[in-house]
Formats: sequence, structure tokens, C-alpha cells
Amino acid sequence: MNAQAPALRDPRLNRPEPFTPPLGDGGFFQRDRSIHPPAHAPGYKSSVLRSPRQALLSLENSISEITGPVFGHNDLGPLDNDLIRNYAKDGDPVGERIIVHGRVLDETGRGVPNTLVEFWQANAGGRYRHKKDTYVAPIDPNFGGCGRALTDDTGYYYFRTVKPGPYPWRNYVNSWRPAHIHFSVFGSGFAQRLITQMYFEGDPLIPVCPILTTIPDKDALDRLVAPLDLNASTPFDSLAYRFDIVLRGQRSTYFENRTAGN
Amino acid sequence: MPQPLNYLKETASQTAGPYVHIGLIPAMAGFDIFEKNFSNVLVTPNTKGERITLEGRVLDGAGTPLRDVLLEIWQANAAGRYNHPADRSAGALEEEFRGWGRAGSDFDSGLVTFETIKPGAITDRTGRKCAPHVNLWIVARGINIGLNTRLYFSDEEAANAADPVLNLIEQPARRATLIAKRSERAGKIVYTFTINLQGPEETVFFDV
Ligand SMILES: [Fe+2]
Repeated sequence: MNAQAPALRDPRLNRPEPFTPPLGDGGFFQRDRSIHPPAHAPGYKSSVLRSPRQALLSLENSISEITGPVFGHNDLGPLDNDLIRNYAKDGDPVGERIIVHGRVLDETGRGVPNTLVEFWQANAGGRYRHKKDTYVAPIDPNFGGCGRALTDDTGYYYFRTVKPGPYPWRNYVNSWRPAHIHFSVFGSGFAQRLITQMYFEGDPLIPVCPILTTIPDKDALDRLVAPLDLNASTPFDSLAYRFDIVLRGQRSTYFENRTAGN
Repeated sequence: MPQPLNYLKETASQTAGPYVHIGLIPAMAGFDIFEKNFSNVLVTPNTKGERITLEGRVLDGAGTPLRDVLLEIWQANAAGRYNHPADRSAGALEEEFRGWGRAGSDFDSGLVTFETIKPGAITDRTGRKCAPHVNLWIVARGINIGLNTRLYFSDEEAANAADPVLNLIEQPARRATLIAKRSERAGKIVYTFTINLQGPEETVFFDV
């Protein structure tokens, strides 16, 4: 991360034209674990006792992994993607009003349609509405801190919220999380299931965060940082940040040959 | 230089953190926000199949139950059919049975429960018979990337012995880490399981 000079960066500028083979329902592309944080990452102390030590058993995708739950608009309420209104009691929540938008894509560059995206975050002061959060910053009576959306036919999603604040946590005595929004995404098969976090361009806490720096690959880390997207902002109302999420691609089945073995 | 392949890279995983409940099970975080909520109850009165409770815990490397873990299950219906367009097997589909649920562990005991039905045996697209099983996905603070495993059923000994995935596990003792034990409690069928994240009885986790 270059924390000094955060250039306005459109994630699509560096992106070549995607390769789009026919959509198949074969297994998913093998997960490249070198871009994900390892299970055991001692700088993030909670991972030490919560990380498996045996090798994962590689499983050729069967019908159990290629399939996954299907969601629809019936699962959602009308305010689910509006965190400014979905818990408002007597006014709007305190904080910078922002829109977060982007696309859920797969590794072939194809949009993932009609997939459930869920998000949760602290309020503008860095406090979660959670019975286990005891940070001194106050709860905002008008802010719940969670929402969800279904992507459209092209994989596009958007929601409105206030920018979350950084907060301290118990790792080292002076560890602070950069401002972030947690994301949960499904895709079309259970093997695409992913939870991640979105960060904000220019945040000086990004390069020193023990959780973010569990990611061993600098480019993979940069892809979690959403750029300011002035063109998508609403003048005199809300700034906008863009965050695209990429799920595993899916192989096409060109020929119905049986592979050797079981 | 050959032609570039130009695939995108998967987005990196990050821990779900200690407050995962806010986003995914807000009632457990202590507030009510959505009109419709997802839950650990997969069945409706119309669901076909044997009613079962899945009950278990996830233990860390010191044997302490995780009290902030979230589990999701994904399973076929009693006819062995997943409610997804890619499953074109012969079993009858039940529109009402999604086959998916999520649960947070109890903040004191660490217990996780699901109310569901026992899935049927699955026929894969290659014609393989697979023993009845439930697919499990585990996230929590300290878990950097979701863990995938499966639960099989202790009363399916013959099917388990022939299951192609269980047979991939070289050590018979490790196969046992995926078998949920059937018992009866106050007239209800309960399958209990323990997920060990580490230690001599570490659960088998899959790279799916
Ligand atoms: Fe957080």
C-alpha cells in the first residue's frame, strides 16, 4: 500500500478484457490460496488457536459444492439496502453519508446475477450495535449497521450508509482497525461462499492493520481497498465508493467424458 | 510472450470477526432490524423426511468451545435432491425446502443447533452414489478463510463405507471426525458432532 499518495484509482482501468468461455456448471476454478490469508497468521493472535494444522483435503467439486442456496427478492425487505433509513428512529444516523456500489463478478469477468450480498459495519464513531461491543464510543440510536442486497442481472449491487469509524481491538495493546465494511457473498455454488472486508482509499491504518496484513499478496490486499468514485456520488448529498468483488470462476463442461479414478 | 489469459483473481477472504452476528443474525447481536430473517430452522410443516436436530460445538486448539462462531449448512432434501438448477438428478424437488440455514453458537455454552431433515443419498452427475451428508461452512473471529467440512450420519454405516469422499481420507481415524452420532432425546432424533480445529482429533477440512 502506498499510504502517502493515494491516487484516484478506478479498479477497471487495470483490468484487461475478460475472457468469457460459455457458462458451465462444472466445478469451480481451483482456489489460489496464495492470495488468501493463511489460516495460521500469528500477527493476528486469535488465529493461532483457531487454525487447522493438518493439510486441507482437496475435493474435486461434486454436486454438493457446485450447488448452493438460491435467494430472491422475497427474502428481502424494501429498506434492506439503505442503512441510513433501515434503523432510523427519530432522524438520520450521524456520519458521512456514502453510497457503496460495485459488481459481483467471477474470475472469467462475468457478472454474478441474483446473488445475495450482506454487509455490516460499525457506526461513524467506530461502535458496533452488538451486545459484546464495549468500546467507549456511543451507540447511534438511528443506526443498526447491517443491510443486504441482491445483485441484478449484470451482478451490480448498491447500498447507502454512513462511513464507519476506526476502532481499537485487543491484539496488541494499541491495535486499531482501519474503517471497514464486512461483506458476505454467496455466488451460485456453496464453494464460492466468501466473507471479506472492504476498506477505504487513503486510510492510514491500512498498512498497519494486523488483520489486513495477514494477506500475503500486495495486489490482493489492494483489491480490498475501495476507491472514491466521485462520478457516482450524489451532489450535496453523498459521496460514493466502488467495490467490486470477484468470486471463483466455473469450468465449462465441453465434453461429457468421465475422468479416470473415482 | 504468449497471449495473456486475463482471468480476474478471486477477492481475498477476511475474518468474519467477533460481530458477524450483526450482519448475518442481527437478533443474536441484540436488535431487531429486518422484516425477514434467516435462521437455523430449515423445515416447514410440509417438509418431507425425518425431522432431526443437529447439535454440536466447535473447539479451539485448547479445547475451549468457540462462543462467537457462525455455521451454515447446505443439504439435499429427503429425496437426495439439492434445490438448485444444476442438480438434475431424479429425486423430487421441494420448492419450499431451500436446504440452507445458518446458526450462531450460544454465547455461553458454544452450542450450535439446526432443525432440519435427514437428507437422502445423493447421486452425483457421474452416477456415483454418495452417502447422505450435510455440507458445513464455518466462520468466526480468528478464522481467516471459511472452513469447509461435512457431516455424515452414524446410522449409515454401509453407505459411509462406500462414500467416495470419506474414502479419500487415508486415515480411518480421521474419517470418524465427520460422523455425527445419532441418539434419541425426549422423542426427538438428535445428531451430535464436535468440530476440532486442532489437536489429535482435528476435523477433516476440505479445499473444495
Ligand atoms: Fe469489524
